[in-house]
Amino acid sequence: MEVLRIATAGSVDDGKSTLIGRLLYETNSITTDKLEAIEKASKRRGVDYLDLSLLTDGLIAEREQGITIDVAHIYFSTPKRKYIIADTPGHVEYTRNMITGASNAQVAIILVDARNGIAEQTYRHFYITNLLHISNVVVCVNKMDLVNYSQEQFEKIKEEFNALSGKGNFKKQHLQFIPIASLFGDNIASTSSNMSWYQGPALLEHLENLDWHTEENELPARFPVQYVIRPKSNEHHDFRGFSGKLASGVLKKGDRVIALPSLRESNIKDIFRYDVSVDHAEAGDSVVITLEDEIDLSRGDMLVLQNQPFHSAKELSAQVCWLDHDALVPGKNYLLQHGINRVKAKVGNLFSSINVQDFNHVEDVSKLGLNEIGFISIKTAQPVFADKYAENKQNGSFILIDEYSNNTVGVGFVV
Amino acid sequence: MSSKSIPSFPRSLEDESIYILREVAAQFERPALLFSGGKDSITLVRLAQKAFWPGKIPFPLVHVDTGHNFPETIAFRDWLVKETGAELIVRYVQDSINAGKVKEETGKYASRNALQTVTLLDTIEEFKFDACIGGARRDEEKARAKERIFSVRNDFGQWDPKKQRPELFGLLNGKINRGENVRVFPISNWTELDVWTYIKEENLQIPSIYYSHERSVITRDGMLWPKSEFLNTTEQEVPFNHTVRFRTVGDMTCTAAVASTADNIDDIITEILAAKISERGARMDDQRSEAAMEQRKKDGYF
Repeated sequence: MEVLRIATAGSVDDGKSTLIGRLLYETNSITTDKLEAIEKASKRRGVDYLDLSLLTDGLIAEREQGITIDVAHIYFSTPKRKYIIADTPGHVEYTRNMITGASNAQVAIILVDARNGIAEQTYRHFYITNLLHISNVVVCVNKMDLVNYSQEQFEKIKEEFNALSGKGNFKKQHLQFIPIASLFGDNIASTSSNMSWYQGPALLEHLENLDWHTEENELPARFPVQYVIRPKSNEHHDFRGFSGKLASGVLKKGDRVIALPSLRESNIKDIFRYDVSVDHAEAGDSVVITLEDEIDLSRGDMLVLQNQPFHSAKELSAQVCWLDHDALVPGKNYLLQHGINRVKAKVGNLFSSINVQDFNHVEDVSKLGLNEIGFISIKTAQPVFADKYAENKQNGSFILIDEYSNNTVGVGFVV
Repeated sequence: MSSKSIPSFPRSLEDESIYILREVAAQFERPALLFSGGKDSITLVRLAQKAFWPGKIPFPLVHVDTGHNFPETIAFRDWLVKETGAELIVRYVQDSINAGKVKEETGKYASRNALQTVTLLDTIEEFKFDACIGGARRDEEKARAKERIFSVRNDFGQWDPKKQRPELFGLLNGKINRGENVRVFPISNWTELDVWTYIKEENLQIPSIYYSHERSVITRDGMLWPKSEFLNTTEQEVPFNHTVRFRTVGDMTCTAAVASTADNIDDIITEILAAKISERGARMDDQRSEAAMEQRKKDGYF
């Protein structure tokens, strides 16, 4: 069965939680006890409709304030697909959580309030989907009931959004616009008679038929060595297997591989999925690889194919989004974690930051605060084997960790 | 029932979980797998076997025994440990009670569910565990839906939902200070149905109480409760025999049975697909208040 990962983004009160509640409701994913709990809670809050947002707002503080603070993961399935939704907050101070939720998504749903049109947050949400190279974006123009299901208003918002998206760097992004009223279910599971002028699919129909398949298998092979398995048991005395999750490409038995950073070469002897020997591994597979020769290879190293280009460098240029209250300061040391490879790193220059309202670069910046996005150079103590994010998403991103707080303080995209 | 309608298990979830378990082994010095004897922790044990084959599971299984377990669960636990050759550590809530650290609850809803947090934290302290792997899933409960895969806890085992580390692209940051520990949830993204289809496809053994059987039960709050020496009952609650099974396995005092004739895995899955009540709807520990789970997590619970 396929898994489709979706990130949802919207401003406060755009009705995002209600939309998700509606998707669950329409796919019969809400059980009676949960519905009853919502009914009870809705009444306690004095609202006279079923407040489906209570399904996803799981924290006490969220329910008190009626806002979403943290990424919530919601699951539902149809006979065709399993869906994982990362519901991300709309508040500006929680933008880092949108990046968190969207980083694994194949599809992003951006909500826009039909009455207000494109809001300040919409720019940021779109920018993040573009920065992350999410290839499918669904723009749901919500609360159509409050603008009398006006086609004119929908087209106006569509036009505004298209003008905005034209400024994005990632041009291969596919946009789908759907007018909805999530409180009443219009165009969610089936097309609405209230908007007969709309000829496109309902949201669920669009998601069911979406072809998001990436080309990860066609990219150069990148196998980060995660953990070396040496049982030293009687039965497997000389077994030395390199476990890992293939980031991209395909590896086959017999392939000639190069170990990074040592540059030593060998052939793949065997590939195991548990105790089963398989003839190849594809992108995303967690496997154990054995080699013909005893070469130096440990956690953090990488296996690549001998006949494919690779990168091994101690200096990177990257676009970073800052996730911490303590600003990024040029010259400061951090730990850089690329995949499973963690190395000491020093931020060199901070070249510019991005104004997400107009996507223009701002020069002469001295630091990068929470939720800000900028361009940096960074030096590492040991080589990292990263691709450009635009060429290989899985192998082109990293996080920065503060050595003192241990927090994940930044996310970087290699450029 | 035809097995045609049973969906296949999404294998990409297994790849993700194995990746997480290997990160635990690589990033921490003293990890442990918290084992309850339920289907989720049985799934974890299978995933750990797969992650480190042909090596052994490189961390012990830890069971916090409330003393109110189903005997079938304990028997199964001991069988599984023998079968897999895993190391087992058991610590008892009764010992925490005897030491005066916690007090038994009273009344007809009395359970040891909340008490086990203290025993768990003591066990973590005793063995200096820096990572505890658990079988919690985000689809179970709304507070769990907000938890990270690597969930950092302070010296008191407490979860602070507002201070969670961002987790991006599957990059897991397990860096902690001394005294802190991390709770790790490798099957965060699995649903109840995923666990069952996995058990089916992997042919995993599970405790017999998951299958239908005849049992002495009482009716309370519209649910069937297993009669046992641990369950405080009133005179009106007269026990009777019924064909039931358990959908989730916790203590005998807080886990309700469901009337069911499903005695094989296909029938169980078919039953879940048609279920109108969620898995944790049969757990009294979650029904106490709207925020019962969040509050317990803030106190150091799983």
